[in-house]
Amino acid sequence: MRETSRSLVVVLAARGLAPVIQLFALYVVFHGHYSPGGGFQGGVLLAAAFVLVRLAGGYETGRHQITRRAGPLLGAAGVLLFAAVGAAAFLTGGNLLDHGRVPVPGFAPAELRSVMILVIEVGVAIAVAAVLTAIYDELLGSEDDD
Amino acid sequence: MKFRHALVLAGLAAVLLYAVGHLPGRGDPSAPAHRRTSPAGTPGAGTYYLEHALEDAATPNVVTVVLADYRSVDTLGETLVVFTGGIACLLILRRRS
Repeated sequence: MRETSRSLVVVLAARGLAPVIQLFALYVVFHGHYSPGGGFQGGVLLAAAFVLVRLAGGYETGRHQITRRAGPLLGAAGVLLFAAVGAAAFLTGGNLLDHGRVPVPGFAPAELRSVMILVIEVGVAIAVAAVLTAIYDELLGSEDDD
Repeated sequence: MKFRHALVLAGLAAVLLYAVGHLPGRGDPSAPAHRRTSPAGTPGAGTYYLEHALEDAATPNVVTVVLADYRSVDTLGETLVVFTGGIACLLILRRRS
């Protein structure tokens, strides 16, 4: 896997495709309020872009997007973001994940729920993308050059 | 494949096809899932979601509201499952030399 020669066509195609896939992933995550989509789908698309760059350019190119070490950490961060949103409602006197009850000035409960849904989706997307990329990295084997 | 295996598979396929034939039609308003009350007489959750999602969460996509608001504990569990599965993969695949 390490000594493969890089084809110019493959590298250029990946360079062209990866930003488009990443942009579409963000669209899927942030447009989940209005169309099919959301954190899981957007996260998988984001991971597809990361893995595509790793496939075409190898880890030495892909680590500029997300390093091997950052994968599990970002996954945990995504889950913790989700859990923190739930805990925020829990700690301010509501039920777990009852976003409308969090006292944030300037937001009606319905708007607050809408915003918190977006935060949750972002957390899910981060977790899914990071975990999938980490699994790919681990399958490739460690090169001990983090 | 042994004859017994084929027999079991054929029986399973027959049961599944029989069940599929008796599913309610797509979008059938009299299907139990779409009725205002369940067959037991209790109010159905789906009707409440459809009628109140927009005013509860200011989000037009009912699926998103159900996923991330009404049933967000379920989604939290799903995310934890994804994360735990990834960590388990990492632990199994990582070579310890």
